[in-house]
Amino acid sequence: MVAKATAPKAARTGPLLDIRNLRIEATVYPPGEPPKTITLVHDVSLTLERGKVLGLIGESGAGKSTIGLSSMGYGRGGVKITGGEVVLNGRDILKGGVGGLRRLRGREVCYVAQSAAAAFNPAHRLMDQVVEASLLHGVASRAEAERRAMALFRKLSLPSPETIGQRYPHQVSGGQLQRVMTAMALCPEPDLIVFDEPTTALDVTTQIDVLAAIKEAIRDTGVAALYITHDLAVVAQVADEIMVLRHGRLVEWGGTRQIIKEPRQEYTNALVSVHEIAHQEQQPGKTPALSVKNVTAAYGGGHVKVLKNVSVDIFPGQTLAVVGESGSGKSTLARAITGLLPPEQGSVTFAGRTLGNRLADRPKEDLRQLQMIYQMADVAMNPRQTVGTIIGRPLEFYFGLRGRERDAKVAELLDKIEMGKGFVDRYPAELSGGQKQRVCIARALAAKPKLIICDEVTSALDPLVANGILKLLLDLQKEEEVAYLFITHDLATVRSIADSIAVMYRGEVVRYGPKSQVLAPPFDAYTDLLLSSVPEMEIGWLEKAIKGRRMESAGN
Amino acid sequence: MSPIVKLIAQRIALGVLLLLAVSVLIFAGTQILPGDVAQSILGQSATPQALANLREELGLNDPAYIRYLRWLGGVLTGDLGTALSSRQDIAASIWPRLKNTLFLAFWAALVSVPLAIVLGLLAVRYRNGFVDKLISGLALASTSLPEFFVGYLLVFFFAVKLQWFPGISTVYDGMPFGQRMMAIALPATALTLVVLAHMMRMTRAAILNVMQSAYIETAELKGLRAFDIIRKHAFPNAIAPIVNVVMLNLAFLIVGVVVIEVIFVYPGMGQYLVDHVAKRDVPVVQAVGLIFAAVYIGLNMVADIAAILANPRLRHPK
Repeated sequence: MVAKATAPKAARTGPLLDIRNLRIEATVYPPGEPPKTITLVHDVSLTLERGKVLGLIGESGAGKSTIGLSSMGYGRGGVKITGGEVVLNGRDILKGGVGGLRRLRGREVCYVAQSAAAAFNPAHRLMDQVVEASLLHGVASRAEAERRAMALFRKLSLPSPETIGQRYPHQVSGGQLQRVMTAMALCPEPDLIVFDEPTTALDVTTQIDVLAAIKEAIRDTGVAALYITHDLAVVAQVADEIMVLRHGRLVEWGGTRQIIKEPRQEYTNALVSVHEIAHQEQQPGKTPALSVKNVTAAYGGGHVKVLKNVSVDIFPGQTLAVVGESGSGKSTLARAITGLLPPEQGSVTFAGRTLGNRLADRPKEDLRQLQMIYQMADVAMNPRQTVGTIIGRPLEFYFGLRGRERDAKVAELLDKIEMGKGFVDRYPAELSGGQKQRVCIARALAAKPKLIICDEVTSALDPLVANGILKLLLDLQKEEEVAYLFITHDLATVRSIADSIAVMYRGEVVRYGPKSQVLAPPFDAYTDLLLSSVPEMEIGWLEKAIKGRRMESAGN
Repeated sequence: MSPIVKLIAQRIALGVLLLLAVSVLIFAGTQILPGDVAQSILGQSATPQALANLREELGLNDPAYIRYLRWLGGVLTGDLGTALSSRQDIAASIWPRLKNTLFLAFWAALVSVPLAIVLGLLAVRYRNGFVDKLISGLALASTSLPEFFVGYLLVFFFAVKLQWFPGISTVYDGMPFGQRMMAIALPATALTLVVLAHMMRMTRAAILNVMQSAYIETAELKGLRAFDIIRKHAFPNAIAPIVNVVMLNLAFLIVGVVVIEVIFVYPGMGQYLVDHVAKRDVPVVQAVGLIFAAVYIGLNMVADIAAILANPRLRHPK
């Protein structure tokens, strides 16, 4: 007890965290090959002063999370720290053994995960989980820890801070859970918190509140933080310094202002520059390819109305973007159009004729004309089929192509999505996230559809990769004259690709028209909230945006 | 009505319906069996007149559904009929045997269930290591041996060689508790060895499945000890599958003990059933079959309800 209380104090003079020449490796087991060791992090060093926030930024696979977790001596799934030192409060934690690590985890360093919904144990009340680490390490008595937790709930502006701890994780919204998790990390009064993409899984309108709450909590408690994200605009709001990583190596490390205003490395520059694609808006044509008229749809036998009197038109070779936060009915609109969820009222007209309400009522030809691409490319493909089989399937099913004819067509499609012939025999597991999504695009194109519904197709991808996918989709649209219904919550994507926009809120279209009109003031309250919540790469944007809001976001 | 009450009521109603369906099957099954009840009572030398009279007396000439309803009505009022072979009231002769079977099953369960779960937790704690392999290996070996073989092995070593326990588990009314426990020691051990591995392996698998969850990582990053993580964070989320397999094995302890009871000459339901199958005593077979079915359905219902109660989403709706 005495040693625990004095050891950190004795070291109060030096930096809190000093990572030197960190090397992290993992053993991978590729199918059909002998296991091999790959290096995830190559000799990365960093120091963090007390009470400061360091942002770790990079694409997936850059080693951000791996480095962040190394400050707790933790390696996820077979990942091992094989070299270097992690000096926390004046001692190398890698030499302290398992017991030493256990004493520092949840005491000196705490962790906030990307998905709080998954990181909370569904079987226990929130309060029990929030105070668990404090009780375990003898930081506070139960009563004291609960008092502290309630004060933190209040600080993080959670509703009814006295009683929210009595709830179970499933009884609280995603944005609230993320704040409870922050309270959980702050409760034992640690010296350092590792935030691992804490707002990435949230809607923009919710993200801004959680971000503000985290920032305020960091400022008021004086805790230091490693803030991991792939979104530079987000990290610019909270970090004092930013470290850019790529493929497990340090690219650039500097003050926040320097990184976003005067990046010295080309890669940082690519991250910082705005990824908007200049897209000339097309005028709506005479006759729409697909027309949704007064559609109302509900789940649970009419109990939960998720679409209320929705009408939109999509013109041939153009893109309609449907934006809104989660639960606004965007994906349900896609389900209604494809016939997966038959509308209760209203109709869907395609090429001048009314489509059957139910999927089973539609002829094969109608099914061919409407194709879909999904957010999660890896679960939208059969992992046991090769790329060639996946793309070839619609060719066989809709056009009866066989043998060499089909193979030639598959090669042609692979060429269109800018992937070589070498990919024909690959399995989805052997592809990167961007490549998987390209294969899904090729599969949709193989049916030669008039309309493709794209459901958050770039949301799971890194910004630079997502940008490539958007460019590809635009090129294909020009070549194939295909229309897109583009569902997204990301307004930057909308600006890049849309010709017209429908803004959805709680099942209704609240704003609809050509892109230039929808994105021009005066705005309705919700569109204003949506637009003003998109993080901008500007120091001080967060405070300005919170101040200028006209309505509260629904995620609260 | 809260959704959880509704769900549980549904389960119970379903269980009752299932039991009714099983009673139809049991009744139909015994009707299809070859042989004639009157003939088997009176023997091969009976005169046709005597047979006709007895059939009339037993109501065997009525249509099947009338006989079924009569039988069902009797069962519902606690009258299981009369044994053909001994002319005794079945309910009265089953009751002490059912008590014996439950007594043996109770002690076997009391040892095997906690042991299996603790061994499962330990196997997860030391997964893929020596302890895990040892536990899994021994448990699988004991299950792979046929139960009669396990029974005779126990008799050979502990009754014949060491003479610690009696080799024949005779129990009678008014037997002192200590002696009774001595008598069932070997059959209870044999049963434990038979059911242990299944429950242990399922506990291990269910918890390992949960150990992949993100909240296990959260617990690790709070600095919890490995065994506390398994006990506090993994186990409560694995209750549903574990309870399911535990209940299946409890049912086996009651309805599947025929072989063990015969080996140890234990006066339980299994012995009773075997005796009367040999004698073609249809009413007894029907009664025992129905009781076994009720035990089976009842325990599975308990497993379902426990799984519902273990789910915090159902216990605490939004």
